[in-house]
Amino acid sequence: MESILSVKNLNVKFRLRGRVLHAIRDVSLDLFPGESLAIVGESGSGKTVLTKTFIGLLDANGWVDSGEILYGGHNLAEFKTEPQWRTIRGREIAMVMQDPMTSLNPLKTIGAQIIEAILLHQHVSHEEAHRQMIEALSAVGIAEPERRSRQYPHEFSGGMRQRVVIAIAVACRPKILICDEPTTALDVTIQAQILELIKILRQKLHLTCVYITHDFGVVANVADRIAVMYAGDIVEIGSCEEIFYDPRHPYTWALLSSLPQLGRRGEPLYTIQGAPPNLFQEIRGDAFAPRNPHALKIDFEERPPYFDVSETHKARTWLLDPRAPRLDPPESVQALRRREVRV
Amino acid sequence: MLKYCLKRLGASLITLVIIISVVFILVRQMPIEGYFDNFDKLDEAVIEATLQKMGLRDPIFVQLKNFFVQLLHGDLGTSVRYRIGAPIAGIIAEKAPISAQIGLSSMAVALVLGIPLGAAMARSKSKFWDKFGTLFIVLITAVPSAVYYIFIQMYATEWFHIPMLFDRHNFVTWLLPIFSMALGNIAYYAMWLRRYMVDEMNKDYVRLARAKGVPEKKMMMRHVFRNAFVPMIQYIPSSILYTIGGSIYVESLYSIPGMGGLLVDVIGRQDNPMVQAIVIIYSCIGIVGLLLGDILMGVLDPRISFAKKEGAR
Repeated sequence: MESILSVKNLNVKFRLRGRVLHAIRDVSLDLFPGESLAIVGESGSGKTVLTKTFIGLLDANGWVDSGEILYGGHNLAEFKTEPQWRTIRGREIAMVMQDPMTSLNPLKTIGAQIIEAILLHQHVSHEEAHRQMIEALSAVGIAEPERRSRQYPHEFSGGMRQRVVIAIAVACRPKILICDEPTTALDVTIQAQILELIKILRQKLHLTCVYITHDFGVVANVADRIAVMYAGDIVEIGSCEEIFYDPRHPYTWALLSSLPQLGRRGEPLYTIQGAPPNLFQEIRGDAFAPRNPHALKIDFEERPPYFDVSETHKARTWLLDPRAPRLDPPESVQALRRREVRV
Repeated sequence: MLKYCLKRLGASLITLVIIISVVFILVRQMPIEGYFDNFDKLDEAVIEATLQKMGLRDPIFVQLKNFFVQLLHGDLGTSVRYRIGAPIAGIIAEKAPISAQIGLSSMAVALVLGIPLGAAMARSKSKFWDKFGTLFIVLITAVPSAVYYIFIQMYATEWFHIPMLFDRHNFVTWLLPIFSMALGNIAYYAMWLRRYMVDEMNKDYVRLARAKGVPEKKMMMRHVFRNAFVPMIQYIPSSILYTIGGSIYVESLYSIPGMGGLLVDVIGRQDNPMVQAIVIIYSCIGIVGLLLGDILMGVLDPRISFAKKEGAR
């Protein structure tokens, strides 16, 4: 299938207190139209930075060092000026952010904030924009949109505000919607509603969705494909099934093992030893090797390439090399594979 | 909205009553010489009789009550030394316009220069304008205003060949007093606006606005600047007070025939009723400023006026 957005050998660096941090290390990724991809990984693994490069919103001290981001015949990595980016932001690729409590302007009505987005990207009259705004509000499940549109953010609850943020994001019919931990700041019952809403909108508007999260519950719920990120690199990518029931990378094993599972008692929860690597230094070998109890000698010397497990599933680990010793995943992952436990 | 305004107005009136009472009682503690133009030549009996006649021997609360009644009739009392027997309201009516003109112009100048400076500082964080502005702010805040007022008068009059003293018919003589008085407020506005704008720029809604494709310039105006301006409003009252404080000194320096110079003058001459009247007028201006700030804040910030109407759901 033709990809809608294609990242090739992307490197992103940041300058921090005179030192250079290598935040995204040679990442390649294809995004297919209509799919929903979840990017998982611990804090600081580069999930958000990766997606921010798609709309050119890296912090001022960061830059794309090399690589390509191909979208609609353009290489976004070469975009420099604001007018260039404005053809993408909100219009082609939209974003829903983590904390709905703070992501709306407290001094403007909800309606005005949605209309602003519509007028930026479409040459329509104010009346038409108003009509579209009302439509967007009802699409995200806000009752009495006409009245609510005249209210201010402080008159909305967290879940309602997140609906408004989503309405802003989809108001201009973008092709890609990036959801940066859209439910982290909400309570659990609301989380499910918001995820359901995004799902419905995705089908209705044929959106391609990218979820950024570290919550496997969310992942299982919404994702077609999963990319696991570690230290600025995608270490394993595959379909939802493949990642949950047939993971290959030791880091994915470790992540899945550390999930709390219902119905299991008496065992302390698994934790990954050590800390993520220092991205200020160039990493030699496999970034996860120092924390990996199964690390091979070569893991410390040479960076593993991707090994294909199936057509859709690949992982960056030497364990998949034919010369590597056979190694069984930990018991908890095997239990997953035997489908004894569900996520 | 109306309810909010009335509430603020009520609170202001109470504050005003308290201030007037305090001022009145304090002035009563001053030496009684301040009520006579020729105290030394009078004998005990005449003094006592006059005090009786003026009601100054009554219990303090009776005096206070009489004073409020008098105020409500628009009577600020009569001058006893500055211009013997003249009604104070008349004297002030003649002096106030010039002070108001200079004070208001200086506040306008401060807004016109201070707000853009603050915005420029926020936009060029730690580049030229920010550094220049910081230098200016530190200088103006650290050096006592009395010192730079004198320096401005000394050097600027020489450099630009401007007459040293104020002449209401000569436009150029207006410039230095207005500018001197504005300096403090320029620094003040620039400092706070920069701070609030930097605060706003780091907020999530700005990030979201950027992600939805709002152009940087538009965002600075429509989102950052507008939102940063709301907390700025609370500095309007203090800038009024700052201007009044400045005017007292500046008017004496340039011998401007206004209220500030008048206050210094009547304090020197110990004209108690005049001191009392001018201090009360200044307090009124301060309170009106506070009230204005509160009401503007309510107009601009929906979270205030609607706070009790319909809560979040």
